[in-house]
Amino acid sequence: MLTLCLLLAMVISPLAADAAKVQEYLLDNGLKILIVEDHKAPTATFQIWYRVGSVDEKIGKTGLSHLLEHMMFKGTSKYGPKTFSQNIQRAGGMDNAFTTREYTAYFELLASDRMDLPIEMEADRMRNLILTPEAVLSERDVVMEERRMRYEDDPQNLVHEEVLAAAFKDHPYRWPVIGWMSDLKTLDPDNLIAHYRTYYAPNNAVAVVVGDVDPKKTVARVKETFGAIPRGPAIKESHPREDPQYGEKRIFVKKEAELPYILTVYKVPDIKDKDGFALDVLAGILSGGKSSRLYKSLVYEKQIALSAWASYEGLCRDPFLFYAGATAVRGKTIEEVEHALLEEIEKIKLSAPAEREVQKAKNQIEASFIMEQDSIYMQARTIGTFEMIGGWQLIDQYLDGIRKVTPEDVRRVAEKYLVAGGRTTGILVPVDKGKI
Amino acid sequence: MRHGKEKSVNRLYLLLVVFALFIAAPAFAGSMADREVLPNGMVLLHSERSALPIVRVVLAIKAGSITEPPEKAGLANLTADLLTEGTAKRSSQDISDAIEFVGGELTTSGGDDYITVTLSVLKKDVAMGFDLLSDIVLNSAFSDDEIQRKKALIKSTIIQQKDEPGVVAAKAFMKAVFGDHPYGRPTEGTEESVDKITRQDIIDFYKTYYAPNYAIMSVVGDLSKDELRTLLDKYFKGWAGRSVDEKPLPEIRPAEGPKVIKIDKDLTQANIILGHVGIKRENPDYYAVSVMNYILGGGGFASRLMDNIRDNKGLSYDVHSSFSASKLAGSFQAGLQTKNSTAGTAIGEVLKEMDRMRSGPVTDKELSDAKAYLTGSLPLRVDSNRKIAGFLINVEYYNLGLDFLDKYKGFIEAVTKDDVQRVAKEYLDTKNYVLVVVGNLRQMSLNY
Repeated sequence: MLTLCLLLAMVISPLAADAAKVQEYLLDNGLKILIVEDHKAPTATFQIWYRVGSVDEKIGKTGLSHLLEHMMFKGTSKYGPKTFSQNIQRAGGMDNAFTTREYTAYFELLASDRMDLPIEMEADRMRNLILTPEAVLSERDVVMEERRMRYEDDPQNLVHEEVLAAAFKDHPYRWPVIGWMSDLKTLDPDNLIAHYRTYYAPNNAVAVVVGDVDPKKTVARVKETFGAIPRGPAIKESHPREDPQYGEKRIFVKKEAELPYILTVYKVPDIKDKDGFALDVLAGILSGGKSSRLYKSLVYEKQIALSAWASYEGLCRDPFLFYAGATAVRGKTIEEVEHALLEEIEKIKLSAPAEREVQKAKNQIEASFIMEQDSIYMQARTIGTFEMIGGWQLIDQYLDGIRKVTPEDVRRVAEKYLVAGGRTTGILVPVDKGKI
Repeated sequence: MRHGKEKSVNRLYLLLVVFALFIAAPAFAGSMADREVLPNGMVLLHSERSALPIVRVVLAIKAGSITEPPEKAGLANLTADLLTEGTAKRSSQDISDAIEFVGGELTTSGGDDYITVTLSVLKKDVAMGFDLLSDIVLNSAFSDDEIQRKKALIKSTIIQQKDEPGVVAAKAFMKAVFGDHPYGRPTEGTEESVDKITRQDIIDFYKTYYAPNYAIMSVVGDLSKDELRTLLDKYFKGWAGRSVDEKPLPEIRPAEGPKVIKIDKDLTQANIILGHVGIKRENPDYYAVSVMNYILGGGGFASRLMDNIRDNKGLSYDVHSSFSASKLAGSFQAGLQTKNSTAGTAIGEVLKEMDRMRSGPVTDKELSDAKAYLTGSLPLRVDSNRKIAGFLINVEYYNLGLDFLDKYKGFIEAVTKDDVQRVAKEYLDTKNYVLVVVGNLRQMSLNY
């Protein structure tokens, strides 16, 4: 899947340079506000991040957080049904939201003199959503269509989903954010309403504002609106653990498809662990563009893959995964591709990468920090992401940690974590139509 | 840290992208960039923005697929793709290693009207970036070895696209609407046509069309006029203008009567596109059409298609309509995905909403909301170097004028309810359309 490779090939990274400029405020009801002034253009983004995602769901009831994100656009008694996006658009703005395993975020982008509107409306829908069973079930149908589009009819994404389900046996990372189709079918609207009541409270949320704003006025406005919402009951943050893996796991997905595909994942610590930085640099060496090792070997030299990539997924609350994947070209077997992929991983365990390769990966991360500041949305997204996984101040530690990585660190973490015993491999086996 | 796509699920990833291409802009007092035509004919657009130590350059060359011979479909795209794969003095690996070592970006992209080469670097690396940019555009080597590699990769990509129902539907739609016209073929070509392209074809094409008088360059970022001039003198001095014989293009024959294309695939959803020929960018009705389409299906959750088909009936996650208005022609399309069994119902609703646009006036609120969004969102269209660099290319290519931002507001404000209904009647056709359905046909009951 081209989009997957593009997304993963981008070195999206935090802006340490900006961390120092973050202004933090805390309201009495527990709402945290993070503001960065950026006056390059007369626009701003308001974002509200809730500490709730699919890890807070239960077996048999997956997909609640994401469906709730959809429901948040359905209306409150004050603004009436279906008006949220319409109001933002009438003000010349754009809005959207996304749900992940650990958090759910809502954002608006507008001309900076119109920021009162999203602040007021976000405060309103934090507690005053109208949730009827009929509306929940109708939107559930929309999410089932979304699931068909993203997973059922996308063979590579299906592999991804199956690999996660196999890699984790007890951690809630095992189920998809969008939820299993069977859970969506049997969804009870009461559970969704309870989910909203529990997690949508000021003490479980963080507002992030970046753009052409006056911080004092912005805080005053947030206080006037969100400040009136009472603090909710304390929510215990759970940190489920994953029991040890006793050997490699392999899964196969048989679907009508043109080209075979492989996704192999390894259990690794998250970015808060000291080895996280070296794992990120390792991913850059394997996968940071056409001069990186996987592209050079599998795509350019051997010409057996259409794409080949790796990615360290460390911006998580709990230890997650290091990915490596490739799509075979026609006429080449997935065994050949897997062999070449693993060969590159073994190579880096045996001898440390060249100083220049390590420097290149570091330069890519540093440059992307600076380039990312071209976009107010990306700045806010990075601050929000770090805040959700452990605190926005981690941004500075991150860049600092990256700078200190040595070639030997990279070799050592490859040897320590990219091991067969902790590996889960998924393979897409194309089958002809009607022969499944 | 890379964000894998599995981590987040957006509520609507297509929201309002429909308009992002051609309208844009705002709130620059006066001109947003300096424009000059260099002695070699290249149009240069420069906007100095020094808040960040970064520079972005987009070089657009009118060497898109409309200029290639039909039997060599994919030639323009292949030529553009090969620019970064080696020059007289640098190998493919030299180029990627040099730009990637400094965390920069040097990419090419094919297109129907023009191709683009994009450079993005930190200010400290700008000289190196211009050196690479000029080298790949002026001295590309097109070695046999690299041509074979790239052809194989493009063919694999074409094969893989068959797994993307949306791409399958879009290709069938464009072919049915535009027929023999170049807009009817995919810019990457087909497996067969790519095979037919020879090294000589590429070199001839490159020599003919990669000329400065067919190029527009936008430069945005932390670079003064003097610095830019010095870089251009040093790295682009040898690029001389030349004349090109422009060949006439085939006429577009609009479809007559519904033309239905059904493609059977083992999918849970039907991927549906319904539409027809639209308008050119230069059509004076462009702005009324923009307002009309916003109300029909371009305005995300403010649109009728979304309200009816997603919000009220729960039939689809993504439903939208768009007019894509290019230089020579344009298309209108409404698109959605729905489970196979409800494909017929959803198509009926799309036609019903098109008909409703034609047969009655929009409400006052619909009209004022559409105008408020289209004009009020102008600041968002040009609030970063990246957006400005792309916007400037469009302004120049479509002759919109550097004061377009100021004019656009007036064009939109002038649109009346009567205009909206008139352009709906004129540019939406509920009888002569192309309908493409990709999905499991046995599970559908279609009356089309």
